[in-house]
Amino acid sequence: MYLRVLIISWLLLLPLAALSAETEYGYPIPGAYEATILGTPASLVPELPTKMRFRQLVLEVLPDRKKSDVFFYDDGLRCSFAYQKQKAPLVFLIAGTGTNDRAAKLMFMVKALYAVGFHVIALPSPSHANFIVSASRSGVPGDLTEDSADLYRAMETAWKKVAGDIEVSSFYLGGYSMGATQSAFVAKLDEQRRVFNFKKVLMINPAVSLYNSGGKLEELLKQIPGGPKKEGIFFNKMLTKFSEYYSYGNFVAINDDFLYSIYTEKLFSPEETAGLIGLTFRINLAGMIFASDVVTNSGYVVPKNRVLKSSDSLSDYFMVATHLSFYDYINEYFYPYFKKQRPGLTKDALIEAQSLRSIEGYLKSSPKFGVMTNENDFILSKADLDYLKRIFAGRIKIYPRGGHIGNLEYKDNLAYMVAFFQEKEMLR
Amino acid sequence: MRCRGPWMILALMLALSLTGCASPRGNRLAEVAPRHTIAEFRDQRFADVDDPWEGFNRSMYRFNFYLDKFVLIPVVHGYELVTPTFVQNRVSGIFNNLSEIRNLTNSMVQLKGVESATTLGRFVTNSTLGLGGMFDPATRLGLARRDEDFGKTLGYWGVESGPYLVLPFFGPSSVRDTGGLAVDTGVTYGIYTAVDPFANTGNSLAISSGITALEAVDMRHQQSFRYYESGYPFEYYMVRFLYHQKREIESGKHPAE
Repeated sequence: MYLRVLIISWLLLLPLAALSAETEYGYPIPGAYEATILGTPASLVPELPTKMRFRQLVLEVLPDRKKSDVFFYDDGLRCSFAYQKQKAPLVFLIAGTGTNDRAAKLMFMVKALYAVGFHVIALPSPSHANFIVSASRSGVPGDLTEDSADLYRAMETAWKKVAGDIEVSSFYLGGYSMGATQSAFVAKLDEQRRVFNFKKVLMINPAVSLYNSGGKLEELLKQIPGGPKKEGIFFNKMLTKFSEYYSYGNFVAINDDFLYSIYTEKLFSPEETAGLIGLTFRINLAGMIFASDVVTNSGYVVPKNRVLKSSDSLSDYFMVATHLSFYDYINEYFYPYFKKQRPGLTKDALIEAQSLRSIEGYLKSSPKFGVMTNENDFILSKADLDYLKRIFAGRIKIYPRGGHIGNLEYKDNLAYMVAFFQEKEMLR
Repeated sequence: MRCRGPWMILALMLALSLTGCASPRGNRLAEVAPRHTIAEFRDQRFADVDDPWEGFNRSMYRFNFYLDKFVLIPVVHGYELVTPTFVQNRVSGIFNNLSEIRNLTNSMVQLKGVESATTLGRFVTNSTLGLGGMFDPATRLGLARRDEDFGKTLGYWGVESGPYLVLPFFGPSSVRDTGGLAVDTGVTYGIYTAVDPFANTGNSLAISSGITALEAVDMRHQQSFRYYESGYPFEYYMVRFLYHQKREIESGKHPAE
């Protein structure tokens, strides 16, 4: 009898206990922007083995693609591959917006999963130049359906390349940021194609709608004096601030200690910090726009029919492309391209297709998904976060802080990620 | 045709990187102006560095990419494969310790008293307790390393960096820093000749060229940067900016408004 009371009261107290566990979350940086820039302080990042069986795959996904000399160094799609000697499950990982397979956060995930016995293949984001040049059939990035089909094809090519060298027991999938959103679409495609039969899919800090999240990042830059059109002035001002701070402080070199002290000394205001994130987004976007424009010969920032050589100056293209907004890209380049392919396509319909909402039924019903995100991830609106909570009820883990993937390397997050993929394999 | 060793490869790479791949000149379509051009630009340029020889620099950047790809990185990988990590770290330690001489002479020329004393302390500690630099007890004793070179010294005394310059093998530099590199190399060579540690072995030349080669391999081994690894189409500008700014800031100068 007492035991029953005890059990019942314990069950009743459970949410409370969970709540107090939540407040004990030890990731130290409260600000969303600061967390995003600084990531996890080195002392709180778990130590991972430095040696692993590793090589970079260079894949010929599109054998017929002619490459401009300006991309002479691009000899194929580059994927990072870590492999075990023995039979093991294989995880495919998709990088976040504008980054390639060597992105620090992605390599961290590769190492962490390798350390607990997985094979891992990490792919660049479809918004990265390498993917646009070597793996995107349209050369126009940003459409979840087409990008995911290209990703799937790249995964098949990668798998074909390594299948003779490793033994695989089952397949998993994961990604962060835009790569997380793409994972959902890749998983859906896999339900038809059945090449991998992904057992579990982990989405880390996904965007619900690419259009809304792109807009959120644009907003960050609106807060700077003069707005985004004056981002160059803003950048140079921040640089002066940065340099003066260095020369007046007693620093040994520009290193982690120095960068961390910028945060603790609050060198940049919240608006300025936000502006710097917005500018970083623009710089990434510029690479994507330029690569796409060269591949498709659309005459958007590079003159149509111009043959660029590797020694040509790209300086003006760099300045022009960084001054184009996400909305410019959508309205002037992305939508017209798809409208040409599918006459009658409205802009709203195209935007709606770039959202998890378009495959909601599948996401709701499939038990294979897991989501990790943060309460203060600024690429999500309140409505987006509520939506994720509702659709992925019981399969979502929300941390109180960490900004946009700032806490990925924090020990609790790492443990959760690893446990998610291990679950069945390790219980066996 | 038989390949005549590394010089042929080097010559080939130089030719490749300077000419670029020849593109067919015929039936080229007429160019059409793009939708967005620099004419609509009403802002300051950012990440901008004086670079009048950009064409040459880009060719050198490309040359270094090939030099890495076909010569240096394979050699470094071979070195890393046959040498235990423990030994690699000791080798790096020895060369890093020897370069403290450069750090010391330059912080002295910049009249930085505390820094010179720290660097001298590091050199003495690591040469003795650290067994010739194989270990680094000085850092644990609170003597932090301060990298100095003659380029920074010139900058400290007010010499402008001059145009950006990409050097073969060494990579990103400037006119000032190239001069600095030449002076540092000369000073090191002068000290080395004066001391001549292998004079009595009878194989002084062979030994010292072996050491120079090992130093070059170790230098590339310690440097994680790889040309075009980011895959970002504007990598050249980011690297140029970061190099220039880091040098300006660390030599105590403010960026131009």
